Amino acid sequence: MNPEVLSATLPAYLWLPILIAAVTLLAKRAKDLQRFLALTTHTLILGGALISITAVSDGTVIAEQVSGWVPGISIPFVLDTFAGLMLAVAALMVLVCSVFAIFTGDDADPYFHPLVLVLSAGVYGAFLTGDLFNLFVMIEVALIPSYVLLTRSGKATAMTAGRIYFGVNLLVSAVLLAGIGLVYGTAGTVNLAELAGAATESTPVALATGVVLLALGAKAALVPVHTWLPRSYPFASVAVTALLSGLLTKIGVYGVFRIYGLVYEGTGLETVWLVVLLATMIIGVFGALGESGMRSILSFHMTSQVGYIMLPLAFFGPLGMAAGIFYMIHHIIVKAALFLACGAVEHHAGTGKLAQLGGYARREPWLGLVFILAALSLVGIPPLSGFVAKMSLIHASMEAGLYLAAACAVVVSLFTLLSMLKIWNGAFWGSDPEPPKQRVLTSSSATAPDATDPAAGRLRRKFVRTAPTSLDRVPRRLILPGAVLVLCTVGIGLGAQALMDLAITAAEGLTDTTTYTEAVMHP
Amino acid sequence: MSAAVLVTVLVAGGVYLILQRELVRAALGFVLIGHAANIIILAAGGQRDREPAYVGEGMPTDGLSDPLLQAFTLTAIVITFALTVYLFALAGHGGDEDGKNSDAEPSDADEDHGTVVDAPSTSGEPVGTTSTGDQPTGRTDGKEHA
Repeated sequence: MNPEVLSATLPAYLWLPILIAAVTLLAKRAKDLQRFLALTTHTLILGGALISITAVSDGTVIAEQVSGWVPGISIPFVLDTFAGLMLAVAALMVLVCSVFAIFTGDDADPYFHPLVLVLSAGVYGAFLTGDLFNLFVMIEVALIPSYVLLTRSGKATAMTAGRIYFGVNLLVSAVLLAGIGLVYGTAGTVNLAELAGAATESTPVALATGVVLLALGAKAALVPVHTWLPRSYPFASVAVTALLSGLLTKIGVYGVFRIYGLVYEGTGLETVWLVVLLATMIIGVFGALGESGMRSILSFHMTSQVGYIMLPLAFFGPLGMAAGIFYMIHHIIVKAALFLACGAVEHHAGTGKLAQLGGYARREPWLGLVFILAALSLVGIPPLSGFVAKMSLIHASMEAGLYLAAACAVVVSLFTLLSMLKIWNGAFWGSDPEPPKQRVLTSSSATAPDATDPAAGRLRRKFVRTAPTSLDRVPRRLILPGAVLVLCTVGIGLGAQALMDLAITAAEGLTDTTTYTEAVMHP
Repeated sequence: MSAAVLVTVLVAGGVYLILQRELVRAALGFVLIGHAANIIILAAGGQRDREPAYVGEGMPTDGLSDPLLQAFTLTAIVITFALTVYLFALAGHGGDEDGKNSDAEPSDADEDHGTVVDAPSTSGEPVGTTSTGDQPTGRTDGKEHA
């Protein structure tokens, strides 16, 4: 596609979803229209992102000086291979999760689709922007709908989780804002292209950018600032958890890749990254093993995987960063597939507690297959995409001489397998659980409401719902979205070369910043 | 210097308030920290130039303050304000349950049935006991059988 036409479409990733969000808000009584508009927009964006990848697959960087201001004054939107890949995978996530929400009925809330549209606009904007302050704004645009999505259900647990999530992110955003102020104060600009290499030349700029990296690291849930994630994500509805896991933490990862690559030129913090990321990998996986709910395990485990994705930062180079980018794309898809498979179980059984589940692989072989393929891909079994991702990551660490990191990556994989087996054994394997629902309802109604606890009566009234009988089948349509994602991971695993080539081009764009700065500053 | 002192005071007050138990106090703490961040941004342009950033025909351009930072701050203030209002709304909605589930395991609370079962049994216990053990379901069930 003509680069000029393409650059003119870049702002559309931001305004189109927001515009459609406004329209769907007006049409909140017409559910079908709302669904149609939302899904059409997500599909359009996905199509646009895929087309734009073909235009930048050779490493071209396309910059749009929004409103036609001169370079350096304008707030540019920049599309390179990395941004294009992230756009496409984010749009795929939004589409699949929206479809899943429609199938589970989570979108009965008339504000669901508008919120998801605004959230997606913020995510696309964060991937495309070439300006540090605009990155902050886009992160907020993406976060604000997520606060609402998390707490909309009004359940006491969701409200508590929402307060933790909201409070932490508010604090981190303030740190990010202060960091951006410090960057402007020390470097005199917040345009990423102008900041290229600034941290290597000046220590104050390096320190100021460090504050920004710290904030983004907290958003990406790196150890030791990861504890908010397992306490908040599992409490949203399944589709929302999958959406947040695929998009929001990855904005942090994307921002760190971009800013560390551009401003630090990938040098200076190797030891810090190595310590933080190895700790993230190890603590994340053991934390996951200690949980006892399906989505809690998956959420805690996300922390560990972020450690893998960002590990190449410790030995910044084209090969390593390519592995990191490949790993991120693989991880977003596979993690969402796992969330959706577990979500289908949870939707059917009415609980996510492993102790109350069992026998799903026998009763629902297709659902079992979706889960086990996604889980094996996460662990890194060939021929699935996880194998290529881990293999290239370990290979790159060995090339860089980091044998400790390579060994950790292998060992942590074993514990990943263990945590996945915990879900498999608890929910899918074995016999049906004894039906606890009836007893639960009678026992709770037999207990007199505790007069000293005003919440108890209200909770009971609000939350009691009819228990599903275990004779019902899991509807096929709930399995479908996860199955599509599993097909993606199998496809990526079998045809890894195509995506790996793109990832290598993207990594070259990250490690050699001249194309990026030239495209933005001297179009 | 005055900005640095002001930021220090604001951050200190904000951190103190965030560490308080009530959500409303924490919200006020976030407001203070947000102000501190805004002052950092405003101070980033240098504090010597204080003239209004207005460029007109034949106007002197010396000593103009940096308008970009004022725009940044304005954006940040709007965002912080919206978030503060939402935080107060969260504090108002079910704020009396503050902290009750904060140390509960997700699996203990991530399902509505779980809350129904647990509400009578945990309400009689001290809050601190909910944080241990990896099989809360089994525990609760066992107690009920006993």
